[in-house]
Amino acid sequence: MLSTIVFSVLAVIALASGIAVFRVDSMARATYALAVSFVAVGALLLMFDLDYIGVITILMMVMEMAIMAIYMIMFMGMNPALMPMSMVHNKRWSAILAVGTFLLLAGGALLVPWPARSGSPATDLTASLGEAIMGSKMLVMLTVSPILFATIVAALVLANPRGRYDRWGDDLQRARPDDPQQGGLGK
Amino acid sequence: MTLQLVLIAAAALFCVGLYGALSQQVVVMVMMGLELMLNGVILAAAAFWWFLAPTPDGQVLLLVVIAAMTVEMAMGFAVATLLHRSRGSDMTDSATDLSG
Repeated sequence: MLSTIVFSVLAVIALASGIAVFRVDSMARATYALAVSFVAVGALLLMFDLDYIGVITILMMVMEMAIMAIYMIMFMGMNPALMPMSMVHNKRWSAILAVGTFLLLAGGALLVPWPARSGSPATDLTASLGEAIMGSKMLVMLTVSPILFATIVAALVLANPRGRYDRWGDDLQRARPDDPQQGGLGK
Repeated sequence: MTLQLVLIAAAALFCVGLYGALSQQVVVMVMMGLELMLNGVILAAAAFWWFLAPTPDGQVLLLVVIAAMTVEMAMGFAVATLLHRSRGSDMTDSATDLSG
């Protein structure tokens, strides 16, 4: 009974702050609202005894939202907390699609005859996760690792204003670039 | 607390995120919608793990979803930076070059 009450409170917080992300009139507040939603879901994960995953979800998302707030201030060129904004398009169809998807998913959740629980959780869930990662599920992590590395490289290439091999750009007649640091293709 | 209750909460989170991802114009706000959708996926995966098969496999799946969130965030920020640099804007409507 107590777990149901705690779950309901956390679920309402997660959902309300999730809705607030797209309702509040500033991007900074939207970022904080999303962080609250993630913290509530992280707390729900802790209710499922997923200590490790719950904690990394909370820590990672709080940091991510901090970075997101910085990006917003960078790109918007103003103090987003003070600047009301509403930048939406296709609002009606988006709402119709979202409600339709919710009805479909909620209907499925209620109508599917879910099987009974098989097995019981390990005594130390974090240790069992570590053993799985280093044992039978190592291939998963071996796949995730290069993907994360490729993401780092790809993100740097995209975000870099001028890469090592495009100093001259498409225009071969362009003037020699004035590099702050010498030694590249521009010498 | 039942599986159905958690799944409905997860579906609600997913659909709020879907609404945001479809309706927002600013790239970073679209990313917020995607994050919220993955938030719902994490909750649903945790519920499936807890109520149906509490084996380490489910925890590994959750880790993969969290890794996917990380990739989405990093690439989204990189694309937003590139878009802002090349177009001077961070609106999705100014990046419709590939639309039909």
